[in-house]
Amino acid sequence: MLANKTLAIIETTDLTYTYPGATKPSVKEVSVTINKGDFVILTGPSGCGKTTLCRCFNGLIPHFYNGNLEGKIEVAGLSVADHKIHELARHVGLVFQNPENQLFALSVEKDVAFGLENFAMPRDEMRKRVDWALQMAGITELSERPPHELSGGQQQRVAIASVLAMQPDIMILDEPTSFLDPVGAQKIFEVINELNKKLGITLILVEHRLDLAAKYANNVIVMDEGRVVLNGTPREIFTSEEARLIGVGIPKATKLYQHLKQNGVYLKTAPVTTEETANLLREALKHD
Amino acid sequence: MIEVKDLHFAYPTGLEALKGINLTVDDGEFLAVMGQNGAGKTTLVKHFNGLLKPTAGEVLVDGVSTRDVSVAKLSRNVGFVFQNPDHQLFSETVEEEIGFALKNFGFEEAVIKKQVDWALNLLDITQYRKTSPFMLSGGERKRVALASILAWDPQVIILDEPTIGQDHQQKEKLQQFILQLNAQKKTVVVVTHDVEFVAECNPRVILMSQGKILAEGMAEKVLTNPKLVAQASIVPPQITQVFLELADLGLPTDVIDVHEATKILLGRLRERQ
Repeated sequence: MLANKTLAIIETTDLTYTYPGATKPSVKEVSVTINKGDFVILTGPSGCGKTTLCRCFNGLIPHFYNGNLEGKIEVAGLSVADHKIHELARHVGLVFQNPENQLFALSVEKDVAFGLENFAMPRDEMRKRVDWALQMAGITELSERPPHELSGGQQQRVAIASVLAMQPDIMILDEPTSFLDPVGAQKIFEVINELNKKLGITLILVEHRLDLAAKYANNVIVMDEGRVVLNGTPREIFTSEEARLIGVGIPKATKLYQHLKQNGVYLKTAPVTTEETANLLREALKHD
Repeated sequence: MIEVKDLHFAYPTGLEALKGINLTVDDGEFLAVMGQNGAGKTTLVKHFNGLLKPTAGEVLVDGVSTRDVSVAKLSRNVGFVFQNPDHQLFSETVEEEIGFALKNFGFEEAVIKKQVDWALNLLDITQYRKTSPFMLSGGERKRVALASILAWDPQVIILDEPTIGQDHQQKEKLQQFILQLNAQKKTVVVVTHDVEFVAECNPRVILMSQGKILAEGMAEKVLTNPKLVAQASIVPPQITQVFLELADLGLPTDVIDVHEATKILLGRLRERQ
């Protein structure tokens, strides 16, 4: 029990939340544990409560949105109900779907430095942090540019750098690549995967397009109508009948496996990624 | 028909966004415009309804240069659904939003009501009739924006990144919906990064990079050429990637569809039995 406690970085027990004026809760009796260093995909149909749950993780709920919060939630050892948004912001960073909503400064580096300025950080330390964050996001050469003149992919990397500069324990990204071309999206996934694997930052990725992110994640949480309905490894989730019924977007590679199975061809295991699928097929084609 | 002849466009900042585009979009065609961020995709399609006018070259819609016609007039035939619905929506209720253009085009009340009901139903947003568009989720707002264009029944429908923010089921619905529009001989132009979406619809594709057209052809030809797609910052569909990895086993490499892939694999596996 104690060992689990040190691993868990987010823990909710029977978390239920209702927005002010709403008749029904948007998050219902959610009990989840996210461990330090996890790469979690949070998915489910529009309006299932994903974004609301993320707002609980960084304290926007209940401190900004008010409403009615029941149950327990602890993030990085802090009870969310008892700690202000700015305290939680040291631990949890949020990257929005549309970077336009997040960027506002006249230059990229000013945007990235903004959060640190609010922490009253010494100038030298701030300089170092900003340079490091720009480098990690691969946008050092853009530091003097006005963010609004950049492409969508570049803007999203600025948004990630801004959050990264705070060196949070947890980063939540809400469909961070939906405005990007596939190569730009891949680069973002590689950047955040590195943050996860090298720096040990816990990652929560809200995403509909599971094919792109599946290979990086160790856990998939599926929500439907405010509840967590499935929670498991990508392989478990993609092959579950429930996921299909809820309308989770199963990667084409896994679909191919299922189609073959329906026609009496059983590959050794259900693949989640392109490489796995190709390897399994190669084996089947050689041995048959 | 839309004819684009040696189209050049530079923004007032001097940025040369389009560098000599030649393209014909036939009536009833389904075209996907793909390519990297900043390739000029949106700039190109904004010429189709005259939102932007060429710096050089010309764009003809049904034989008439867009320079000679107002956006209002062109819009009657060419509807444009923006990438960000917030750039488009402004009314107090969904119903007013959808009826707005119809009013401006001077339709009678009864026709407006009928068209609004039809569009609400079509996009599955009837329950939000009296709701403010700004109370809705991103995906729902996008459907309101689409409904408000479809309501006046333009011949050409341009959709800028329609799948962004849509969940899997909505995406499937949208796909069926677009194919249905196309089956009714509407011209559909989709600007998108969504390779899997295009793979499922298999439209004609133009690939753009740095203000130019890199390649054009059916999706199954264009998206399965790894060199081309890389130049346009696109990744081939996942099924194609699998088949490209297995090219040495003599499998075809121009497969984009999961059903076709299954058929080919079953054939190969049975041959060996």
